[in-house]
Amino acid sequence: MEAVDHSHWSLLLGRLWWDAIPTEPIVLATFVVVALGGAALLAGLTYFKLWGYLWKEWFTSVDHKKIGIMYMVLGLVMFLRGFADAVMMRIQQSIAFNGNEGYLNAHHYDQIFTAHGVIMIFFVAMPFVTGLMNYIVPLQIGARDVSFPFLNNFSFWMTTAGAVLVMMSLFVGEFAQTGWLAYPPLSNFAYSPWVGVDYYIWALQIAGVGTLLSGVNLIATIVKMRAPGMTMMRMPIFTWTSLCTNVLIVAAFPVLTAVMTMLTVDRYLGFNFFTNDFGGSPMMYVNLIWIWGHPEVYILILPLFGVFSEVTSTFCGKRLFGYSSMVYATLVITILSYLVWLHHFFTMGSGASVNSFFGITTMVISIPTGAKLFNWLFTMYRGRIRYELPMMWTVAFMLTFVVGGMTGVLLAVPPADFVLHNSLFLIAHFHNVIIGGVLFGIFAAINYWWPKAFGFKLNEFWGKVSFWLWIPGFWFAFMPLYILGLMGVTRRMRVFDDPSLQPFFIVAAFGAFLVALGIAAMLVQFAVSIWKREELKDETGDPWDGRTLEWSTSSPPPEYNFAFTPIVHDIDAWDDMKRCGVQRPTSGFRPIHMPKGTGAGAILAGLSLVLGFAMIWYIWWLAALSFAGVIGYAIAHTFNYKRDYHIPVETVIETEAARDRQLAAAGA
Amino acid sequence: MNATTMQSSPEASAVEITAAFYDLNEHDHPEGGSTMLGFWIYLMSDCLIFAMLFAAYGVLGGSFAAGPGPKDLFELPLVALNTAMLLFSSITYGFAMLAMEKDRVGQTQIWLLVTAVFGAAFLAIELYEFAHLIHEGATPMRSGFLTAFFSLVGTHGLHVTFGLVWLFTLVAQIAKKGLIPANKRRLMCLSLFWHFLDVIWIGVFTFVYLMGML
Repeated sequence: MEAVDHSHWSLLLGRLWWDAIPTEPIVLATFVVVALGGAALLAGLTYFKLWGYLWKEWFTSVDHKKIGIMYMVLGLVMFLRGFADAVMMRIQQSIAFNGNEGYLNAHHYDQIFTAHGVIMIFFVAMPFVTGLMNYIVPLQIGARDVSFPFLNNFSFWMTTAGAVLVMMSLFVGEFAQTGWLAYPPLSNFAYSPWVGVDYYIWALQIAGVGTLLSGVNLIATIVKMRAPGMTMMRMPIFTWTSLCTNVLIVAAFPVLTAVMTMLTVDRYLGFNFFTNDFGGSPMMYVNLIWIWGHPEVYILILPLFGVFSEVTSTFCGKRLFGYSSMVYATLVITILSYLVWLHHFFTMGSGASVNSFFGITTMVISIPTGAKLFNWLFTMYRGRIRYELPMMWTVAFMLTFVVGGMTGVLLAVPPADFVLHNSLFLIAHFHNVIIGGVLFGIFAAINYWWPKAFGFKLNEFWGKVSFWLWIPGFWFAFMPLYILGLMGVTRRMRVFDDPSLQPFFIVAAFGAFLVALGIAAMLVQFAVSIWKREELKDETGDPWDGRTLEWSTSSPPPEYNFAFTPIVHDIDAWDDMKRCGVQRPTSGFRPIHMPKGTGAGAILAGLSLVLGFAMIWYIWWLAALSFAGVIGYAIAHTFNYKRDYHIPVETVIETEAARDRQLAAAGA
Repeated sequence: MNATTMQSSPEASAVEITAAFYDLNEHDHPEGGSTMLGFWIYLMSDCLIFAMLFAAYGVLGGSFAAGPGPKDLFELPLVALNTAMLLFSSITYGFAMLAMEKDRVGQTQIWLLVTAVFGAAFLAIELYEFAHLIHEGATPMRSGFLTAFFSLVGTHGLHVTFGLVWLFTLVAQIAKKGLIPANKRRLMCLSLFWHFLDVIWIGVFTFVYLMGML
């Protein structure tokens, strides 16, 4: 397997040749299943003549709501792939004892743990978070779209193009075997000469463009497009945390772009940024990538802190306890997240003073985070708590996340970290906070805002089944890893010598099995809810007695979100409106100015995908051609000045009349 | 608004309450209201890319790997000429913006083209310098120092190249549509971009060339 020679090159196809098709039975079987499933999907779309509908109504749409939903779909699809990787690792590690090599060879296993990390962070958590922000933020601030609707569509397609490249690597060539951050010198050409790391680089670069632009877009939207009266300190907390997250995106992703480019020129042109010889410095890579990487974890968690705040306040029927302290805590976390990157490699040997500085800043982050937790608890205190699914996920988050937070503080102590560095204790810690924080938050958000997006609630029974499988599943899967980590077991191991470790891995695999059932239950929940959508229908647009502006419009909201822009007088603007008995205006409608859809985003991202693929396989003519295509098409696109239109007043009147009938039917 | 104040004034009719909570006389928002802010945020992100390259130069700038160092390679008079070209191009871009303010299409285009000439001269000198260095064996593959040097200066050069492509696109768009608000906004963005590259170059000139010769 390892002995295959991949060094040939041809003008037409670069390094691409038949040896790029993997021969491992597991990969082949997966390929057959995916190919059949994909073919069935494409055939179905063609048979039901859905291509035109999808292209016109979704793919070329600049409506932030549709783009938000597409991000969520992307996140969900990639989540299934990333989870499949996780299950494969858990099975391998639970059987590879006593001379048993397991069922995955090293080349395959190393790709799996790399792909799992890359996919879960870049193509699951990021699309979920970006999708939520896209959908919710403009509605919460009373806007009709984002500042740059075309860029928004383009960003989504760039993220998707990155995801497509990662998926492609499964069947054409290989993925990186370097771990999710691809440290040199291992990731440099000398040790990873074939396409794996190049897939990694180009997938991240292309998706990174999308992430950066959506960050710019949402900052501008939040700063410039808030409804009249919505001062900064009247913004919903989710909007606040989104703002901070997007500031972090804009301030962190360029670092990733730069460091990936440096690795690219090292690999492609023989530069010496991170080489061992000729004055390069591999540890510079580790520093630079964590200057991106640590803010990245706060990019992921902050919006979910916002979700938990919205959910807690809604389901306790109270204004959030300590609104301004929540805002300041978020800001403090935003700033501190830049001052802790070195805690990822205390073992670099930077000396006691440097390590102490970064250890202390790391511990300090737990203070604003703790303040947030107390705010949620005090919001619940003497609140009229409704344990609907979003609230259940929130409580599960609080109980789970604090444990992950505390083990994080343990790791922040440099001497302890010297023992625990790169151990399964660390793995358990960050899964504890990312699953317990980010993922639970996303589940809370999906259950909370689904009725807003689709006009019907999610089925509660299957939601609870999923919940009660997920929670024990998570604890079974990761508690053994804490113990193993304390016993000195390091991460990314394929086989083990010590048979006494096996029971722990079997328990962890059992946990993963429960989680798999939980995911299945969640898919059933979606299916059953769509099936029984008439029974679960919400006519009011406000099924949870919500407090922020997204609940003031219909579910799903009309294309223009609000026929009249709301005026804000207080925090929790919609709750304020309800208490004042505000009647919806039912006359005096005007035509509404909206941005027009365009296929340019999908086409540019498609060309970028071809460019990435050509660069990975050294197909230079195709790379040059697609690069010229990207530039040429982008320039041509700027010659199109007609990017907006008016929704005619008749359409608005019709839509609003339908809303009146809906509200009357609901008895509101 | 406070619910109690609303309820305590019985004369506040439903219509008045509605008017207090909805903007009933809203007009179209002029297009591009966020563009300058958005572009500025983008520029700051670009600035971070340069920050990374400066940082890499700071780390690797002394790693000569027994190869040539700054004193063996840099020719300050050439770099001074180069710097002058870029600074001149910034001044002439300023003149283009003044002409734009006065809605003089032809004058705007001429100053833009003059800017392009200075920009192209800057690039030509830079390419000459690079070719010269490579000819002497001081390639980016030679050492960490040269890797960081070529990457930092080259990235700036690529930005100037991109700026030139953008500039010519705008000259064509002004020819086609005149100085309409959308084109003025685009000129403002390129102006920010062009001056930003100047600021970056001042950093390069100071930290790479001048301090390298100390």
